[in-house]
Amino acid sequence: MKFGVLVFPGSNCDQDTYHVIAEVAKQPVTFLWHDSASLENCDAILVPGGFAYGDYLRTGAIARFSPVMQSVKKFAADGGLVMGICNGFQILCESGLLPGALMRNAGLRYICKQVHLRTETTVTPFTHLLKKGQVLQLPIGHMEGNYFCDDATLATLQREDRVVFRYATPEGDVTAAANPNGSRDNIAGIVNEGRNVLGMMPHPDRSSEALLGSADGWGIFGSLVDSLAAKA
Amino acid sequence: MKAHVHVTLKSTVLDPQGQAIFNALRKMQYSGIEAVRQGKYFVLTLDDTLDAESARREVERIAREVLTNPVIEEFHFHLEDAE
Repeated sequence: MKFGVLVFPGSNCDQDTYHVIAEVAKQPVTFLWHDSASLENCDAILVPGGFAYGDYLRTGAIARFSPVMQSVKKFAADGGLVMGICNGFQILCESGLLPGALMRNAGLRYICKQVHLRTETTVTPFTHLLKKGQVLQLPIGHMEGNYFCDDATLATLQREDRVVFRYATPEGDVTAAANPNGSRDNIAGIVNEGRNVLGMMPHPDRSSEALLGSADGWGIFGSLVDSLAAKA
Repeated sequence: MKAHVHVTLKSTVLDPQGQAIFNALRKMQYSGIEAVRQGKYFVLTLDDTLDAESARREVERIAREVLTNPVIEEFHFHLEDAE
């Protein structure tokens, strides 16, 4: 089992993500530089948060054309497990690996705070160790986390059980007040049709150890590690 | 030759930045304004050897594939000095 963490110029959660795999999951992990097309036989790809290529033009817009993303697209098409966090989610949307787009927060402010998520589906390799309806506390830190998609896409996501996390109250109620950024349908994370690509705005990489205030994010990384172990 | 490309949010997409500008204008008591939509403007300087038709095709492709995210944005452009 080997994990690859992509590194773009401007990535800033690459070290955090690497740390979770190396020190919490205690699994082999390597950095993959954006300029190289090789995924070095990794079994799962993590697209970390940050500001890839300065987020010029649009968040994730330039990153999508990098050599490493061409390989990630092929990897995902073959069923490889890919998880994008924050800027990673934005990059996956821009790349067409996930539907929709992340827009400027409805309140136009950068938001950095703890939020609560309701686990909406456990039928993914990233959440199968969680319980449906389980509430997780994770931090967000973003300016463009306002998930948008058209009505047809939203209906498809709902019908196919592809909304993985919704912003909720600590009790697990999905309300407008619990929605920090204006995301459609309180969406915080989704999977692709093949359920092997996850994108989410909140940071499990910053919440996988109790020392950080919440270890709830480990439920996601732990599921991923377990899925890979089952595959091997 | 130069291409002027305007990228705007689709009319069906909420534009909170445009709204904030609109609200500010109202507070400043500018009158006669009903709405503000914010967008981006690009000027591409093109290789002079391109004829207008190829230039149009290339700019269209760049605008569609790179400058806009078709999920939320649309574009229009015009060429300057095009015969």
